[in-house]
Order: sequence, then structure tokens, then C-alpha cells
Amino acid sequence: MTEITLPDKDVVVLERKNFQGLLDALSDSGYELLGPIVRDSAIVYERIHAVDELPVGWVDVCEPGKYRLVKEKKKTLFGCTIGSQSWRRFLHPPTSKLWEATRDGNGFKVIQPEPDQVKRALIGVRSCDLAALAIHDKILSQGQYIDHSYQERRRNLFVVAVNCVRPGGTCFCASMKTGPKATSGFDLALTEMYVSNRHYFIVEPGSKAGKKLVDKLPVRQPKESEIKAAQKELNKAASGMTRTIDSEHIGKLLNEKFDDPHWEAIAERCLACGNCTMVCPTCFCTNVEDSTDLTGQHAQRQRWWDSCFTVDYSYIHGGSIRTSVTSRYRQWMMHKLVYWQEQFGMSGCVGCGRCITWCPVGIDITEEARQLTVKE
Amino acid sequence: METQQTSKHSDAAKQPDPMLVRPLQIHRIIKELGDTFSLILQPQDDDADFPFQPGQFNMLYVYGVGEVPISISGDPARRETLVHTTREVGTVTRAMRKLKVGDSLGVRGPYGKGWPVDKAENQDIVLLTGGIGLAPLRPMIHYLLTRREKYGRIVLLYGARTPEDILYRKDLEKWRSRFDLEMHLTVDHATGAWRGNVGVVTSLVSRSPFDPQNCIAMVCGPEIMMRFAVMELQKRGVADDRIYISMERNMKCGIGLCGHCQLGPTFVCKDGPVYCYVDIKDIFTKREM
Repeated sequence: MTEITLPDKDVVVLERKNFQGLLDALSDSGYELLGPIVRDSAIVYERIHAVDELPVGWVDVCEPGKYRLVKEKKKTLFGCTIGSQSWRRFLHPPTSKLWEATRDGNGFKVIQPEPDQVKRALIGVRSCDLAALAIHDKILSQGQYIDHSYQERRRNLFVVAVNCVRPGGTCFCASMKTGPKATSGFDLALTEMYVSNRHYFIVEPGSKAGKKLVDKLPVRQPKESEIKAAQKELNKAASGMTRTIDSEHIGKLLNEKFDDPHWEAIAERCLACGNCTMVCPTCFCTNVEDSTDLTGQHAQRQRWWDSCFTVDYSYIHGGSIRTSVTSRYRQWMMHKLVYWQEQFGMSGCVGCGRCITWCPVGIDITEEARQLTVKE
Repeated sequence: METQQTSKHSDAAKQPDPMLVRPLQIHRIIKELGDTFSLILQPQDDDADFPFQPGQFNMLYVYGVGEVPISISGDPARRETLVHTTREVGTVTRAMRKLKVGDSLGVRGPYGKGWPVDKAENQDIVLLTGGIGLAPLRPMIHYLLTRREKYGRIVLLYGARTPEDILYRKDLEKWRSRFDLEMHLTVDHATGAWRGNVGVVTSLVSRSPFDPQNCIAMVCGPEIMMRFAVMELQKRGVADDRIYISMERNMKCGIGLCGHCQLGPTFVCKDGPVYCYVDIKDIFTKREM
């Protein structure tokens, strides 16, 4: 594994007591702040205003099919790794109205909704989720056809990344080469340090907008020892992950396993509930529903997240293509690890581990990949 | 942060939203068969130009009910109207059938890859189809006949359930009377005065006059029929890269963004619906792919 280092230039230190200043500077620039908070005993991303709304002192304990929050003595702001939901809901919302139409004689007129011009600042995005964001950029805004609502929301985004100094229990970003340190796609990247009762952030600007914001903050130059300490923490996190996927070879290996009996063994446990597709930061499938009001004068097209685990997902007249749970689990996993490569030139899995944590029966994609591809 | 890639594609961003439908007026309705009908569409204003490749499809929206992918089945040279032949099989197509002349239908498209019109030049052409599978091939037949001198022999093999289920009868009669297109029809069940072939359409392949080494086969029908069609063509010695098939999957967007139509590593809406068999032979026969 290559050594993780921080850049020599432009890196500054922001003391914990000045963290609110960072949030205020963003608010003053017109950004709506979105960050991790504790709700219903889980970390969720919501609108925030002040630093004490962050999950101060909380740490998440993640295992296959298990999630707990534990309070620690250290009053870290970003002790929890990733939220239960991913950030995609702010750019590619779970439900949205694509357009409306009104009756017009025998015909109808289509009315496009107003563009979303809200400036959003995401606070505390982990490198796995940054990789997921880059994946959605590629799929939804760089192909032949563009998802306009995604592009509108994406355009006004400010990203404050947080590097992981503690791997979550189900994480495997190091093996997917997406973390634990953010390397691109952010405006600012923070490394939270809590050593000998000193609490501060190493701040790395990643864009012009990020640099401009840093200029407004009471920051200072880092000491060499502080940089070294942060690098040490990041490398510790990278080597602390127990789960891995052989990201270089998995596509080829798995592609040959379409008819493997092990898919049946997974399907015996899989409930086809679709939780994995709801928490996955890269899933992008949607369904649409057209409807009218009671008068029939107004119609609309609504779009929402869909899941390849439903039977309806593959329905064509005469019946669904993927009726068995075996085929639906296989479609999901092969799409992430095999087909995505061919479709978009990248893996569809970023190693965040959410699908493992939030699977009600604890199916572990890394373990199933290993079972399927590693010969005893 | 704004990525370089996003700004690089700002031209695409200036395109109108591809999810917006364009209302077109139903100019004429043709009742084809008991459950099958054709809609001839024109815009409400005079701005009528609908260029498309034979084999492509449009997303058709019935006001307030829903949207379905339907192949374009008119003559590609007649760009002032759009023709769609539809069979009533679900909620949307049922509602579509109830529409009247003068009503509007929402249209997005054309989408997808069509038949290989250029690769087919100077080749014998085998058109192998069953049932309503003739609809996505009709633009191709028009296209071939408009440029007849560019192609070798043209063989149309068409199968229907019964003689009453034969689609586009008038067109077939017109084509049969030509000396430059060979046509063989067959039905699964003969009724009434039918004196033609009885049996599956794929059985006609072995007796058809075309050069297997210099032909392009275009196949459209139910998947099971296409599977046997491919086998029969292979038996005649037609190479896999000379066989084209048209696939069908659930589609919600038609533009590669909703995920529904995935067939292995491909999206039927943008990599298909027409595929060269050599490109999907490994996945075509897999069940529940």
C-alpha cells in the first residue's frame, strides 16, 4: 500500500474553537449547510447551522447487519465515519417532480419546473462518498444525455471533505482505492486531530473556492510535527481496514461466475428488501409515475429511486425478466463490480460498506465476492 | 465544487431537458388487427420533421397515464409524420388505444441504435420476423426499397399466429407483387382459405435463396423465436457478425439514466435495441440476465 501524505503547500491549521467560523463563512457566502447529525440513533445528513449540531463525541459501531452509536470521552466532531444515508439524496433526490402538464383543448401543455438554484455546502464528505459523487457526475452529467436536475444541483455545490482517521467497521475503501484520504473532488479537506487534549483540523484546499474561503478564516501554518501526526493517523486508518475486495481483478473473475451455484446460497439469505440499493451512494436507478389530479386538468411526472431488487423493475408485457431473488442479487452485485466497468470505465462500488451494515441479514459483499472468486 | 468535466460538457447542458415530452396530434388511426393499431402523428404547429434511423424507437406518453417505448414503424423518407404501431398489452397501450383523432400524445426520441443500413449495402438481406415484430422492420423495408439498387437479394420471412394475425396486409401484398423482393409467409395455425405455409417462421430459413457468406440478417420477434432464428441462420452458415436482433426491456427514460433496461453490461435503450449478435451472444442465452 502506498504511503498517504499531505501536500507540502497550502495546508493550514484551524483550531477547534474556530470551527464555527468555517460554517459561518460558508453561510455568509450564501450556502445552505448540510452535515451529519444524530437522529433516531443514527447519523443522518441534514441542514445544520452550528457546530454543536454535529455528532460531538459520538462514534459509530458498524458490523454486518448492525449499527450502534457510542458516546466517547473525546469530543470529536467527525468521530463517526459515514451516515446511514449517502449524500446522493441532495443531488439526485429520492423523489422529484420532473414536469407538469395542463390540459389544452384536446391536447396538453408541458411545464418545466423552475431550476434548483440553492447553493449547498456538504460538510464532512468522506473520500468514498467523493468517489461516489464523481461516479454520478460521470453517469448523470457527462454522457450523451444529461440529467438536468442533477446538473443544476451539482453546479452550486461546495464540498468540505473529512479524511478518515478511523475506519468504520464495515469499510473497505483502501482496497477500492477510494480512501481513506480525499485526493480530489473537494473544495476543502479536513483531517481532524485530537491529540494530548489538543483538538484542531489540518485544512487542505482543493479548489480556488476552497482557497478563497480559507483566506477568510483565522488559520495558521502547521508545524511539521502536526503534519506528521496527521499522516500517521491516515496511514493507520488505511491499514486498519479488515475487509477487502481485489478491485483490480474482481471484474474479470466475477464475470465468469454468472452460473455459479453460490448465487443460490446468497439468495437463501437475501430478503430482496432493497436496503443495499437505498443506502448505496452510487445506485442511480429511478422509476417514473405519471398521474393526474381529480379534475384531469393537471398531470405530472414524478420520479423516484428504484431498486433492482423489486420484481417490477424488469417487468415487460408477459412478465418480469428477473423473477428469482438469485437473479436480482446477482444483477445488483455484477452491475456494481463487473458491468459498471464496461459501462462507465470505473467500479460501481466505492467501498463505503453501507450495504453490509444496513443489510438486515448481514450479507457482506466483500465476503460473497471472495466466496465466488477465490478457489479453496 | 464544480468539476472540470462538468463544465467541459456545457454544450450538452444547453440541450433541452431530454425528459420533457413534445405533444403531437393524432392525425389518423389505423386499426391493424384486433388488438393492434397504428397512430399517425403530426405536430400541432407546422414544424414537422422527424428524422430517424430504421429500428429506432420513441417514448410515447399518454396524458396522465404513463410512457412506453414504441418502435417507429413508418417510412423514414416521409419525415413529416411519425407512425407507431402498437399492440394493446398494458395500462399505457390500453389507454393509447382509446385516444381519438385530434387527441395529443407526448413524444420523446428517437432513441437507440437502429438496423445496420450501411453495413447491409451490396449484401443479400434476410428479414426474419414474427407477429408485431414486423413493425420495427417496416421502416427498414421501406429504406431498402427506396435504395433498391444498393442491395442484393431481399428475402422477407414473416410468421403470424393465424392468417388473421398477419400485420400490414396491404404492404405485404404490394411487396409480394414486386419482382425484386422475395417474400415467404407462414402461420402457426391455418384457418379458412389459407393455402400457404404452416409452421414456425424459422423453418423457412433453410429453403430461402440468399448467400449466407454475403448477407445481413435482421431478426425481430419474441426472444424465443430470435433464439431459434439465430440457430437456423448459423446452420445456413451465416456468421454471427452478420446477424442483427432487436431486443426489448423495461424502459423508464430511454436515454441510459434510469437503469431499467440493462442487459448485462449494455443498456438496451442506447446500445440497442438493435444489436449485432456477435456482441451479445454470451449474454443473449443467459436466463434472467
